[in-house]
Amino acid sequence: MYYLYIVAGLALLVSLIFSREKTTRSLKIAARRFIMILPAFLLMIVLISVVLYLVPDELISRYLGSDNKFTAMALASLLGSVTVIPGFIAFPLAGILVQKGVVYMVVAAFTTTLMMVGVLTVPIERAYFGLKVTVIRNIISFFIALVVAVVIGLSFGEIFQ
Amino acid sequence: MKRNTVIKIILFAGYFVFLVVSWLTGFNSGQEIGRNFISFSTTMLGIIPGAFILIGLFEVWVKRETVERHLGEGSDFRGYLWVILLGSTTVGGLYMAFPVAYALYSKGAKLSVIFTYLGAAAICRIPMAIFEASFLGVKFTVIRWLVSLPLVIITSILLGNYLTRKGYKVSAGK
Repeated sequence: MYYLYIVAGLALLVSLIFSREKTTRSLKIAARRFIMILPAFLLMIVLISVVLYLVPDELISRYLGSDNKFTAMALASLLGSVTVIPGFIAFPLAGILVQKGVVYMVVAAFTTTLMMVGVLTVPIERAYFGLKVTVIRNIISFFIALVVAVVIGLSFGEIFQ
Repeated sequence: MKRNTVIKIILFAGYFVFLVVSWLTGFNSGQEIGRNFISFSTTMLGIIPGAFILIGLFEVWVKRETVERHLGEGSDFRGYLWVILLGSTTVGGLYMAFPVAYALYSKGAKLSVIFTYLGAAAICRIPMAIFEASFLGVKFTVIRWLVSLPLVIITSILLGNYLTRKGYKVSAGK
């Protein structure tokens, strides 16, 4: 996160050196864009706060550790789609799951849907792309995640033993 | 005010009243939801100002012709490479990629490039990939990239071309 501010700060400085007028204008645009999308952001955070409460880490561990690999994969991809967990929490959790014996295929289904499919980010995505395209993009992403999971399963020798 | 707006305001107000009441009465579930809300808000408030400042500077300084030439209708495969690089350096989650995608779009980037950017921002963020590789192994990360990236590009082209034919437009976010 720090490098974002180093980059933003430097860019702002350079911009200011070249044109004070353009810099003011860009800050106005930044503020306007932010205010416009703020309600969607707020809605997303509200949804996340409730869903994270309903789907705690233990629940994820329990479902992903299910005996049948394909049931576990289906559950993993659904859980990954409906939750938003930052990478610094999700990957250590994934690492623990692998150590517990959860297959890579299931972990891949979880982390990839977590990254690509966002049910909770729909408020924001919809504000820009409209509901229909949002739904299409998420469905496509869901299937890409499943393909990734299956190829990971094949590569780690988890499907045909 | 539109009816939808009123409903939204009532829902938000109800949510915050619920948080305050839970906090005052020590209702556990409500307190936990409140903690989640605060932790996520602070994470995002940390990222959003920096990201929107960059979006604002991009809007003012980058010429439309430049974006059109490299990422627009006339661009070649290098356009996809550029946005994959851009996506891999995007901070925050997918939620931050949407405003950036709109900024690119409003400067003339084509839809297939925009969708590729969104995909890349989801799957290629470098800080995240480093985390992933250290917990799940480099092999895992490499396979994931090799499988997902081509699929993202192909499906983005299909979806982008389809929507372009239908005259689809991305809106300014509201």
